[in-house]
This record gives sequence, structure tokens and C-alpha cells, in this order.
Amino acid sequence: MKKNLGDKIFKGIALFSSLFVILLVFFLFVELLIYSFPSIKKFGIYFFIDKIWDPVTERYGALPAIYGTIVTSILALLIAFPLSIGIAIFISELAPPALKRPLSFIIELLGAIPSLIYGMWGLFSLAPLVQLKIGPFLQRILGFLPFFQGYPLGVGYLTAGIVLSVMIIPTISSLSREILMAVPIDQREAGYALGMTKWEVIWKIVLGNARSGIFAAGILGLGRALGEAVAVTMVIGNFPNISVSLFSPGVTITSVIINEFAEAAGQLKISVLMELALVLFLITFLIMGLARYYILKRIEGR
Amino acid sequence: MSYKKRKIVNKLMLTISVFTFLIGAFFLFWILGDVFLKGARYINWRMFIEVPKPPGVPGGGIGNALVGTFILTILASIIGVPIGIMVGVYVNEYGRGKLAWWTKFLTEVLTSFPTIIIGVFVYIILVVPMKSFSALAGGIALGIIMLPIIAKSADEAIKMVPISLREAAYALGIPKWKTILRVVIPSASGGIITGIMIGIARVMGETAPLLFTSLNNVYWSVSLTKPIGSLTVTIFNYATSPYDDWRNMAYASAFILVLLVLFLNIIARLYAGKRRK
Repeated sequence: MKKNLGDKIFKGIALFSSLFVILLVFFLFVELLIYSFPSIKKFGIYFFIDKIWDPVTERYGALPAIYGTIVTSILALLIAFPLSIGIAIFISELAPPALKRPLSFIIELLGAIPSLIYGMWGLFSLAPLVQLKIGPFLQRILGFLPFFQGYPLGVGYLTAGIVLSVMIIPTISSLSREILMAVPIDQREAGYALGMTKWEVIWKIVLGNARSGIFAAGILGLGRALGEAVAVTMVIGNFPNISVSLFSPGVTITSVIINEFAEAAGQLKISVLMELALVLFLITFLIMGLARYYILKRIEGR
Repeated sequence: MSYKKRKIVNKLMLTISVFTFLIGAFFLFWILGDVFLKGARYINWRMFIEVPKPPGVPGGGIGNALVGTFILTILASIIGVPIGIMVGVYVNEYGRGKLAWWTKFLTEVLTSFPTIIIGVFVYIILVVPMKSFSALAGGIALGIIMLPIIAKSADEAIKMVPISLREAAYALGIPKWKTILRVVIPSASGGIITGIMIGIARVMGETAPLLFTSLNNVYWSVSLTKPIGSLTVTIFNYATSPYDDWRNMAYASAFILVLLVLFLNIIARLYAGKRRK
């Protein structure tokens, strides 16, 4: 009798903890939805296509923020994805076995650095470099492209994209590394037996086998970049703007929430910021969910 | 492709792969070196016991922010650690069906969820009703961020505990809950402790959720119902200010933050490595 009671209570606590996680995500969504209701009601679909942000006339459009978030995140993925795959290949296929763990630790430490530190590095070290060296250099060789028009200010989409790319390298590379290392050794040996070079084995067999997993790792990195807040806020320039040029300053969903929240007066503005958070929630949940579903299924489906 | 060409491509691509790693490592040393070089020289002992001063006034420190970060981390651990461990217990020892799958799935999603949303959420459910930013709200936000990290490491560690250990305990007539508490969790403690250290390091470096919950406080405060200073928000305010002496203070404080975070991560890694042997 006593034994049963103990078991019941303990199981109850465990069950409660699990339900807590599920209800937490549920209420996150519901509360954000309730709070963004005034904004949804007032602006409707125009919220997503209006680029004016004017607290005086209470007209709020989210387009520059959504645009900035997507541009910086895609840029980050474009830079980080090939680098991360290279790192994963290096650690999984080339590094001596005894060095694999310390080498991957070096990259994982990049993921342990707080985003605030990335922000300071981006603002005080990278931004001047983008303004004086990287920007003019890109302009000289690629200046004919619309992405590299205008005068580089230092802060802007490009700097934010670079900072984000470094931040998501550990996410993509450590997951890719695990997926590469899970490819069976005899598949590689079969390739060598056919007279393939090391690179051909890596490219055609290992990467071919791990393709879908690496894709999911990239999506996960993208998700992280979309939701990054403080580092981006420090280097994006905070100017509500939609510009093709990567040199221009802009805003992102997270930077608008952080900057406008401090001076948010009135229910409508709070509601607008909540709707932005809701949009971010939905985008990242969808992206993360897809990637995680894919990875969970792959790891456990075997 | 001729054999010679294939060999050249081979060499070229393998070299590129080595280079990508060097680029990654270069960024790590650049970012850390930046903080160390710019921060170390402004470190002084008084900054650990003083509170922030207005710009231009010499001195000033982060004593209150250190205390605040400590309190927030403790609060976060009180929430995140037990619930996280029990989630790990549930999905391994009890859950078989849909609920366990959803728990695992949502834990995975939460692990890399934007923390700013957690901050906004706690603002809605706690700061608005209490009509005040508070240390409690900050601690709860950080606890929610810590929870999935602990849950994931507990899940992985408990999964590794051999089934024979449980069977041995059952054979002695020990009830399931006692088996879990006395046999399974202690056997998995290595992985769980590593997870806790990583989790603490992670929440100590969080800024965005605190801007909506604990906000900031430039005075000494240990009250849970009042805004509280934290290392990260203090650094954020200093770093984004236009004053040079505040920026220097930001770098000195960032130096301390980075040391704490790196220390926890390295200890966690060494501890995990030692147990593996």
C-alpha cells in the first residue's frame, strides 16, 4: 500500500513536469496571441506590408523588421553553412582521433560565448572594420551589384549577418559533425576499395549519405539566427528601412522589440510589439519544429 | 577526370576544409582576445564592491550586478533543475506514448528557442500583473530557459543507465520511485551535473529576457519583488552608452562574465571527459 502511494506521487511529479513543458509552449502561444489582439484587429494584414513606423500617428508596419530579420539570417546562413560543413568534415574525417574532442570543443566554445559579447565584438571591432576595410573592398570588386551600393556605415545588415554567422557556426557544425560520424565506416571503405580519393569518398559517400541531416542542421542554424536578439540589436543600426544594399542600417524583429519596448507607452504599442514576438514565435517554431522533427525522426527512426 | 586532376581536387578540397576550421578557431580567439585585451586593464578590486556611478565620476563598479546575477541564477536553478530532471525521468522511465514524444519534441524546440520570446512571455504573465519588474520575473524567465537544457542532458544521461541496474533494484523489492531516486539518478548524476553547469553558464550570459523581466537596478538590492541589476544588462547599458569610461567598464565587466562562462564550460567538459574514461 505504502509502496503504491510513493510510486503514484513520484509518477505524478514526473508527469506534471512533462505537462509543464507542453503547457508552457501552449501558453506562450496563447498569451502572445491574446496580447497582440488589439494590434491584429487594428492593422490586420497591413501590419505585414506597411513599412511606416510612426508612434506619433500610431501607425506601425512590420515590413522593415521582417525584411531585416530575413536578410540578416539568410546572409548568416550563406556564410556559416559552407564554413560549418568544412569544419564538420575536418573534425570528423581529417583530424587525428585523439584531437577530435579538443578540436570540436574549440568550435563549441564559440557557442558558449554570450550573445552580448558577440554584440560588443561586432559593434567595437567588426563594425569599424566593415566600414573601413571590408566594405570598401567589397565595393571595389562587387560594386556593380545592388547589394554593395552606397557608403558602408559600419553597422547594418552586413555586419549583423557576419556576427550572426559566427554565432550559428557551432550549431550547424557540431550537429553536422555528429551526422557525418554516424555514417558507417564500411561505406567509406567501400569507396576507397573502388579507388576513390579521400575527397571523393567524403563528397560522394559521406556527404551524400548525410545530406538530409546536414540540411536539417542548416535549418536549425537559420532558426537560431532569426531569434537572436541582443547581438543583432547592437550592430543592425536601428533605422526602419528597407534597402537592398547590405551596407545600410536596418531593423530586425528582435531589435524593434528591444528598442521600442523601453519607450513603449500605451496599450497599442505594447500590443504591436507582442504581435512582432508572435510572428517570431511562429516563424521559429515552424522552422525549429521542422528541423527537430526531422532530426528526431532520423535519430530514432533507425 | 584524369587521375592527376582528381588528386589535385582532393588536395585542394582537404586544404579548404582545414582552413574552414582555422577560420572558426580564429573567430574564437579574436572575440576572446578582444574582451581580454580591452577588459583586463580596467579591472580593479574596487569594482567588485561598488555600484555603478554616473559617467564622468571616477570609480564605480558592478558589485550589485554580480549579486543580482547570482540571485537570478539561483532562482533559475530552483526552477530549471528539478523540473528538468523530472522531465528526463518521465520520458525514460514512464513515458512511452504520445505525451513523451511531445515532451521530447518541445524540449528540443525550446532548447534553441529565441530567449527574447521567453522574456516577453514572463513580462505578460508576471510583470504586468505585479505592475513591476522584479528579480522573481527574471529568475523565472531564466529558469524556463534553463529547463530544456537540464531536461535534455538528464534524458541522455538516464538513457545510458543500464537496465540491469534497475532490475537488480527491483529484485531486492525496492519500489520503482526509490529505484529511480537512489539508483538511476545517482548513476546518471555525471551527465546531469554537466548539464547543470552548462545550463548555469548559459543563463548567466542571457541579456534579452532580463530586459523585459528583472530590468536593471543601479543600487544594491536583494529583494525578489523589485528590479535587480545583473551583469549582462549592466554591460549592455554600459556598452551602448556614448561615454568612454562606461565602455571601458563594459569591457572590464565583460571580461569577468566571459571568464565565468568559460570556466563553467571548461569544468563541465573536463568533468564529462573524466567520467567517460
